[in-house]
Amino acid sequence: MAAEALAFRNLSKSFGGQRALDGVDFHLRRGEVHGLLGQNGSGKSTLIKILAGYHAPDAGSALSVRGESVPLPLPPGRFRALGISFVHQHLALTPTLSVVENLLIGRLAASRALALSWSAEAARARAVFARYGLDLDPLAPVAKLSAVERALLAIVRAVEEMRAAAPQRGGVLVLDEPTPFLPRRDVERLFALIRGVVAEGASVVFVSHDVDEVLEITDRATVLRDGRVAGSIETRGASKADLVRLIIGRDLEPLVNGPPPAAARADAIRAEAVSGDFINDLSLAIGRGEVVGITGLLGSGYERVPYLLYGGQPARRGRLVIGADELDLAAITPARAIGAGIVLIPGDRATSAAIGTLPITDNVTMPVLDTVFRAWALSRRGMAQLAGELGRRFEVVPNRPALPLSALSGGNAQKVVLAKWLQTRPRLILLDEPTQGVDVGARQNVFAAIRAAAADGACVLCASSDYEQLAMLCDRVLILSHGRFAAELAGGALSKERIAQACYHASDAATEIAA
Amino acid sequence: MSAATAAADEKPARPRRAIDIAERYGLIAALAALVVVFGVLEPTTFLTWANLSSTLGSQAVLVVVTLGLIIPLTANDFDVSIAYVLTLSSMLIAVLNVDLGVPMPLAIAAAMAAGWVVGMVNGWLITGMRIHSLIVTLGIGTFLHGLTLWISGSMTISGLDPVLIDYVIVRRLFGIPLEFYYAIALCIGLWYVFEHTAMGRRVLFVGRGREVARLSGIDTDRIRRRALLASSLMGAFGGVLYAGTQGAADPSSGAANLLPAFAAAFLGSTSIVPGRFNPFGALIAVYFLVTGITGLIFLGVSSFVQDMFYGGALILAVSLSQLVRGREEQQL
Repeated sequence: MAAEALAFRNLSKSFGGQRALDGVDFHLRRGEVHGLLGQNGSGKSTLIKILAGYHAPDAGSALSVRGESVPLPLPPGRFRALGISFVHQHLALTPTLSVVENLLIGRLAASRALALSWSAEAARARAVFARYGLDLDPLAPVAKLSAVERALLAIVRAVEEMRAAAPQRGGVLVLDEPTPFLPRRDVERLFALIRGVVAEGASVVFVSHDVDEVLEITDRATVLRDGRVAGSIETRGASKADLVRLIIGRDLEPLVNGPPPAAARADAIRAEAVSGDFINDLSLAIGRGEVVGITGLLGSGYERVPYLLYGGQPARRGRLVIGADELDLAAITPARAIGAGIVLIPGDRATSAAIGTLPITDNVTMPVLDTVFRAWALSRRGMAQLAGELGRRFEVVPNRPALPLSALSGGNAQKVVLAKWLQTRPRLILLDEPTQGVDVGARQNVFAAIRAAAADGACVLCASSDYEQLAMLCDRVLILSHGRFAAELAGGALSKERIAQACYHASDAATEIAA
Repeated sequence: MSAATAAADEKPARPRRAIDIAERYGLIAALAALVVVFGVLEPTTFLTWANLSSTLGSQAVLVVVTLGLIIPLTANDFDVSIAYVLTLSSMLIAVLNVDLGVPMPLAIAAAMAAGWVVGMVNGWLITGMRIHSLIVTLGIGTFLHGLTLWISGSMTISGLDPVLIDYVIVRRLFGIPLEFYYAIALCIGLWYVFEHTAMGRRVLFVGRGREVARLSGIDTDRIRRRALLASSLMGAFGGVLYAGTQGAADPSSGAANLLPAFAAAFLGSTSIVPGRFNPFGALIAVYFLVTGITGLIFLGVSSFVQDMFYGGALILAVSLSQLVRGREEQQL
């Protein structure tokens, strides 16, 4: 029997001239846990999607499963028959259905059976759970399960589907970021299950950002960087620094996490003891005219901070001091935040920032309707004029305020969203991925607009996972890990690589703080 | 970009303008065409002043209900209880005025108060309990229907104080009953609110992008509650007009306004301001649908055609409004 459970050879994939994967070799041995690491954009998810049949790889790529060559591209869903199963980060469970119903979804989709015995199915499910030492009630609704129990259920379901397709041959289980939102003690339960699955002869691909977890659970790891294999190593003898070096691609001297150089700065904004989902007791300060970035790995919770400071998501507690005003974050609403001179530019433009079916005029005048209400009615001419002026100032192309917003490119729509809020001359600007879906040219406009607002005296907090963007835009970058402050970078330390390094090293620091 | 090219950009291209005009005023043209066709086919009965003025007057109730409906529809909520508020309101007036001898102004005030209560309950259940508006108003509407049957003993009550009938349908201005002008006044009022006040814009924002509106500092729940309150009050006012038009109240027939009102609301959203629920579009759509039915009945088609016509019109109108929206999204 072949020693390799799965192997990609010379795997390449281009998206319109951009090489996402470039001659990648990936070998998964039978009965091993194999880590797959890399930064955002390194090609990890492209590889996974090719295996799942979402993408067709370029010619010359080859795949073999258990030693047998498999023609590419894989039709969507073909992976099931090959004994390959996926568990993605959002586990694809239906919370209102019971554990056993969720377990059977895959089988029911294809079944022609006329009758189902739920008691028999529940007994079968109990037996399966017992095999892995799990104590789950098959009849409980999934909504009642804890986060880790849901992850365990999703993994068991994937294993069962894999065993059904490849009973004796040892299947392949792909775990795509299953852990980022789990607390440490729960990760242990998940690892125990993974070891149990491997003991039965299956092989596991473990995709993760968390270097510590990869070191703990995997036998070997492959690191991708810019679409190529940066290295494939045995993890047993490897150190965290070895892996981070492969991920980032350069050797950087270790950073000294001294106290934040805040001494001489006059803070205009202070957020104190902010707590909410995934954020614990976080404090930060921003000076007048300062652009502060906030980032971390998946699961660190950094992307929630702007929403917590604005009332976009409910905070458990916290205080925001802005100038002479003090806001209780547990009671803050967007209206109150706007009243205090705070604006939020959400990352998800289509559902949170602007209404595509309405004209640019209506979108851009949304926060200032009261100022265009003249004498006895909204001044249509005034609104269109204002929208035209803002369009010129923010270089919206084409500058035709009567167009529906959806007619604009992503970059130009983002300029409209910036205009919508920056015209109010806010004191604090909260940004979430400000250049997501924005083309390269418009990126410069967006940066310039943010910089100009800061030069005008505004404080800026920018959440982003794009380290390059943070390095270009920010005066300072805060790094979070597991919902807590882990490191701060400023001045010469602000480079794409430094930020990445700090993010990958951060989980240690957070553990220390927690302990 | 120079000022000159910017100015050129702001001017829409010629052919677009022609399509726009056809779309905006197409329904009016269709209404005119319908009048001409039936006028030629039935000149002695259809094309008479008596028919015209009575149609304009008696359909004012449907206009009011349709206008009421488009307020929550703009905020992306359904109010299917509105027609049952109408029957309850007219029945309350009849019971209070005829059976209990309450003076007409007080009876009307009680009917409007009932509408207020229903609107508050609808709003509270929908925004407070987070239940879909269709389910809430379906339940409340059916409940109100039962209530109406109960207080009336399932009987039609006639003999209303003639002063109501007088001010609704007997008195005329330019030969058209006063109730027509009440409906027109509401239509203009609603147009003003929707088009020229910040409140009207906010309702639209809530309907089109609830999360965007929330993150823009709009209290989306309050806007939705107000919209639902407004629609119930419009339903109650429709009930006042209905009682005045009929000179009586019956516990069931008012509910027949529900489907025509939905059909008119969606059909109206394809004209005047295509792609949006709008009062003048709704007004024209009501008279378009009513003219179609009146004409068919004059031609001798049985009255069952009414249901088929309204049902078909609703589906057609929704499909049309979908097309209008779809095209708007692709057009550039």
